[in-house]
Amino acid sequence: MHYKYPKRLYSCSFDGTVKLWDYVDGILIKTFVVGLKLHALFTLPSAEDSVFVIINKEKPDVFQLVSVKLPKSSSQEIEAKELSFVLDYINQSPKCIAFGNEGEYVAAVRDFYLSVYFFKKKTTSRFTLSSSRNKKHAKNNFTCVACHPKEDCIATGHKDGKIRLWRNFDDDKKYTYTCLHWHHDMVMDLAFSVTGTSLLSGGRESVLVEWRDATEKNKEFLPRLGATIEHISVSPAGDLFCTSHSDNKIIVIHRNLEASAVIQGLVKDSNIFTGLMVDPRTKALVLNGKPGHLQFYSLQHDKQLYNLDIIQQEYINDYGLIQIELTKAAFGCYGNWLATVEQRQEKETELELQMKLWMYNKKTQGFVLNTKVNMPHEDHITAVCFCNAEKLENPTLVTSSKDGHFKVWILTDDSDIYKKAVGWTCDFVGSYHKYQATNCCFSEDGSLLAVSFEEIVTIWDSETWELKCTFCQRAGKIRHLCFGRLTCSKYLLGATENGILCCWNLLSCALEWSAKLNVRVMEPDPNSENIAAISRSSVGSDLFVFKPSEPRPLYIQKNISREEVQWGVFVPRDVPESFTSEAYQWLNRSQFYFLTKSQSLLTFSTKSPEEKLTPTSKQLLAEESLPTTPFYFILGKHREQQDEKINEAFESELVQLPLTENIPAISELLHTPAHVLPSASFLCSKFVSSLLLSKETKSGEEIPEDVDMEEGKESDDSDKENDFTEKIQDTNNTDLGEDLLHQLSKSEEKELRKFRKVDYSWITVL
Amino acid sequence: MAGYKPVAIQTYPILGEKITQDTLYWNNYKPPYNYAVTASSRIHIYGRYSQEPIKTFSRFKDTAYCATFRQDGRLLVAGSEDGGVQLFDITGRAPLRHFEGHTKAVHTVDFTADKYHVVSGADDYTVKLWDIPNSKEILTFKEHSDYVRCGCASKLNPDLFVTGSYDHTLKMFDARTNKSVISVEHGQPVESVLLFPSGGLLVSAGGRYVKIWDVLKGGQLLVSLKNHHKTVTCLYLSSSGQRLLSGSLDRKVKIYSTTSYKVVHSFDYAASILSLALAHEDETIVVGMTNGILSVKHRKSEAKKDSLPRRRRPAYRTFIKGKNYMKQRDDILINRPSKKHLELYDRDLKNFRVSKALDRVLEPSCTIKTPEITVSIIKELNRRGVLANALAGRDEKEISRVLNFLIRNLSQPRFAPVLINAAEIIIDIYLPVIGQSPVVDKKFLLLQGLVEKEIDYQRELLETLGMMDMLFATMTRKESTSVWQHASDGFLENKKVES
Repeated sequence: MHYKYPKRLYSCSFDGTVKLWDYVDGILIKTFVVGLKLHALFTLPSAEDSVFVIINKEKPDVFQLVSVKLPKSSSQEIEAKELSFVLDYINQSPKCIAFGNEGEYVAAVRDFYLSVYFFKKKTTSRFTLSSSRNKKHAKNNFTCVACHPKEDCIATGHKDGKIRLWRNFDDDKKYTYTCLHWHHDMVMDLAFSVTGTSLLSGGRESVLVEWRDATEKNKEFLPRLGATIEHISVSPAGDLFCTSHSDNKIIVIHRNLEASAVIQGLVKDSNIFTGLMVDPRTKALVLNGKPGHLQFYSLQHDKQLYNLDIIQQEYINDYGLIQIELTKAAFGCYGNWLATVEQRQEKETELELQMKLWMYNKKTQGFVLNTKVNMPHEDHITAVCFCNAEKLENPTLVTSSKDGHFKVWILTDDSDIYKKAVGWTCDFVGSYHKYQATNCCFSEDGSLLAVSFEEIVTIWDSETWELKCTFCQRAGKIRHLCFGRLTCSKYLLGATENGILCCWNLLSCALEWSAKLNVRVMEPDPNSENIAAISRSSVGSDLFVFKPSEPRPLYIQKNISREEVQWGVFVPRDVPESFTSEAYQWLNRSQFYFLTKSQSLLTFSTKSPEEKLTPTSKQLLAEESLPTTPFYFILGKHREQQDEKINEAFESELVQLPLTENIPAISELLHTPAHVLPSASFLCSKFVSSLLLSKETKSGEEIPEDVDMEEGKESDDSDKENDFTEKIQDTNNTDLGEDLLHQLSKSEEKELRKFRKVDYSWITVL
Repeated sequence: MAGYKPVAIQTYPILGEKITQDTLYWNNYKPPYNYAVTASSRIHIYGRYSQEPIKTFSRFKDTAYCATFRQDGRLLVAGSEDGGVQLFDITGRAPLRHFEGHTKAVHTVDFTADKYHVVSGADDYTVKLWDIPNSKEILTFKEHSDYVRCGCASKLNPDLFVTGSYDHTLKMFDARTNKSVISVEHGQPVESVLLFPSGGLLVSAGGRYVKIWDVLKGGQLLVSLKNHHKTVTCLYLSSSGQRLLSGSLDRKVKIYSTTSYKVVHSFDYAASILSLALAHEDETIVVGMTNGILSVKHRKSEAKKDSLPRRRRPAYRTFIKGKNYMKQRDDILINRPSKKHLELYDRDLKNFRVSKALDRVLEPSCTIKTPEITVSIIKELNRRGVLANALAGRDEKEISRVLNFLIRNLSQPRFAPVLINAAEIIIDIYLPVIGQSPVVDKKFLLLQGLVEKEIDYQRELLETLGMMDMLFATMTRKESTSVWQHASDGFLENKKVES
């Protein structure tokens, strides 16, 4: 934050630059080149012309705090090489540095040391905790530091949960400290209030503690914040606190410790067991959220809609505790029913399982617990699926388990003369030679149920629960199983652990084709015959889109992510797109989202991120900063187009004729009274040019898409306007079966080579 | 932020019959008003509380049938095998009136609504109406073509009565018209008929069916109930008119709701049931059976709660203080969030007082009445990883309380997984101090014996299972593999429950 100009902001990055921004307008004002990796940045009101940065010079683990003098110059890019050393042997985390008493000193902590540098005296004092040397297991490492804004007082947080308040530290001998202890786990962050009367601390307990007057007795709590508190900050006016949490959440808290707002993105904290699902009602993405909750996340608005509490128990966040995990969830009957499975396994033999069935209540617009089944199986449940046939009169649910059984649950009428009620009961238990049931899947019309028992796939008639036939490929345990849809409903697909993808024809009961593909994710598109499979190779994950009726893929995208892709899902589009290009036809009805191991949610899009952002963030920005006059809209539109012209050198765009009614300029022009408009002669040329198509859309057919997608939380898009037809022709020549892999790797090689070539050309162009 | 979530108490479904308010009501009968019983050639009147005959009428030459009290309870009428109908005063011994006219056994008699007439039906296919003051026959109906075995007079209209006969018909007679006004076909020999107090509905029993007819619609069949698997012999309506009872030769009394005609409860008896009656306000249910036994059940009177000495409430003025304020136009209403009630153990858990929470649920009142709460708390403590802390540091009295609970509940399958874990932790904690207290040692020995016994049971069960598997294996295997696999599993579960 620039202290003189409150609307300016400094930022630093690993590329060695410090940038000055106007954050209200989103304009970059200046760039200072330092030339070293910058880990953190601090500014002080007392030293306006310099900033403090953390750098590491020689060894990777040695960090220094240096002050950088920012030269005054009018040019955009300035070299800032005037560094002066402040502190050595510090931690790279910004939490471990604090400036105190209006910039008189700076305190830094690392391991067992507290270092304080006095700017006036230009001396450094270093303090250690006496016990740290004597006791081996004393966990009093420093974790964070905060300085009193008015007095000479430093608060430090420690790994064992203690907070120490240091005073008289300007004297190496006479320094004293007092101890505050409430946290039982590491103190994650500390902050003093603006006046310095109270100290805030937080940690893994997810409780914000306010220590009034820095005494042990006067403390206030704000409990149950949901996840570990990572950072605490105080607003300059002092009326608001803010905590950021490990589950991608920011809470704004009033001075009187009342949470006033929660800003929640896609919850990132826990492991994703349930996979990605789409709620048929809200079209929201559903997956594990807060511990014990399912989160409903709107993809359109990048916003969490709500959390559904499944486990309904007090969450104790403590290290080493075995929590109840929400492992499976499935929607059924157009979102009317939700089945969830939770488990907790403390020891090998002690498994707690619970299955819950939730009914959607139209009145309250939420899910209401209907049936709770304790220990539905003897062992882990491997799959849960609903029968989603249209004509179905009785909702049916199938669970398969490692105990070798699969169970069919049906909804039964439980009503008597007192009340009307429905409940789920077990209707049928099936098994096959005591093999573990690994997967289950209903056909589209609900007439057949496929259950895989390790290596064997069994097909059951859903009317009578008779075993119809079995398929066995002896190619490892079946990892994924799914039926084809629409015209391909006679096919059943199975992916095994040994990397074979098999397709069986259900009419002839024979193997139709198989391919060697190490499938990690296999997802059918609910609106078309297409099936997306993501395979894992040593370099990254590859996407294949194919129809079960033919073994040749429709579309291949290599290297969608360097990490392992864990889950994927097709989200139906509200309005079908109409891509004419063959490579994009699979995206017409639905959009494919996938989640990588580091929990980045990615998707495929044909538009550039710039274009997608325009309607939301850019206009938002405009609305905030400038009075929205119709004149602005016309000029703004013009500017955007200019921006796009620049962008189009980098990104390829789909040529789309702008629809006249969608252009705000026109509507604004037509709906604004004439007397407030500028003169027509002034507007005319700009108005006409805003309607024109920019000629730069000729853009490169030869330019490849950038493969590294940004890994951001918000659904990042990568544009792919490439001639994939060529690649598909490559694969068209491949034969069935095992040859496919060979051919693929060849085509992959070819592609890689092409990338490399193009990459070079990029550099030469620049 | 969300508030504290109370511990989820695991509920266990009760196997077998579902408990509804009806089962509670009808189960409340323990073995009143006096009641009359006809058996052989006697009528006994039993005392309301004594369960012994307080009066006997024995002036019958042959078997007496269908003793019926008048509505006011002062007169009693009964038919007889020899065709006579006798009227008694409750206080006297000799019959007041003797109606002669039937040539065969009279199986049904009833008082009409005006109290001065008696209706009787006999095996000579006739139905007669008698006048009590004159002891004369007023009317004779000869419309039935078989034995008349049951009848019922309307409680509202003194001229209406219904009879059922073995000719499969029910006829409603009007004394003013001297012929039947409604005749309906039941389909089986009619054993019992009943008119609803309103007179709008008619119930008949015959064969395995109980049928309800709508009189107002001219005898349209409303419902046909087939819940017994042998002939239904008797019907009775509960005093409120909400429930209908039917007794049958299949040794069951079924109770139906008269709104939905669904069975809400059922009694089992030792022998086939011939007759059935309920006392005023359903206080007593009396059932006569083929083996000559009369079963009498009294309903336990609902224990009246002793109202606690009323606490002095704040004055009305203070009570409504501020509540009658009318919202003005610009006022902003701020509602105070309602306080959620937490159980005591939840309050302790909320404040992480784990030992105290465990102490609370180990109180005898909780362990005996609601052991599932205790088990749920132990489970919750285990989930929080503090079970060992909560169990540790207890003195002789406290630890024996924990052990008592374990001994009582360890062998129950629904609690076993949680309690075995707790028992292991206790043994780990208190192993070093064993031998210091004879009381605790004895408890430990008891626990050991229990575990050993349980192991023996399990071994026996496995043996049985093995034997059964062998039997199944020798059977011809027509069914598919999976089906009988399931059957054997189900059996195993049953055995577990029994054990």
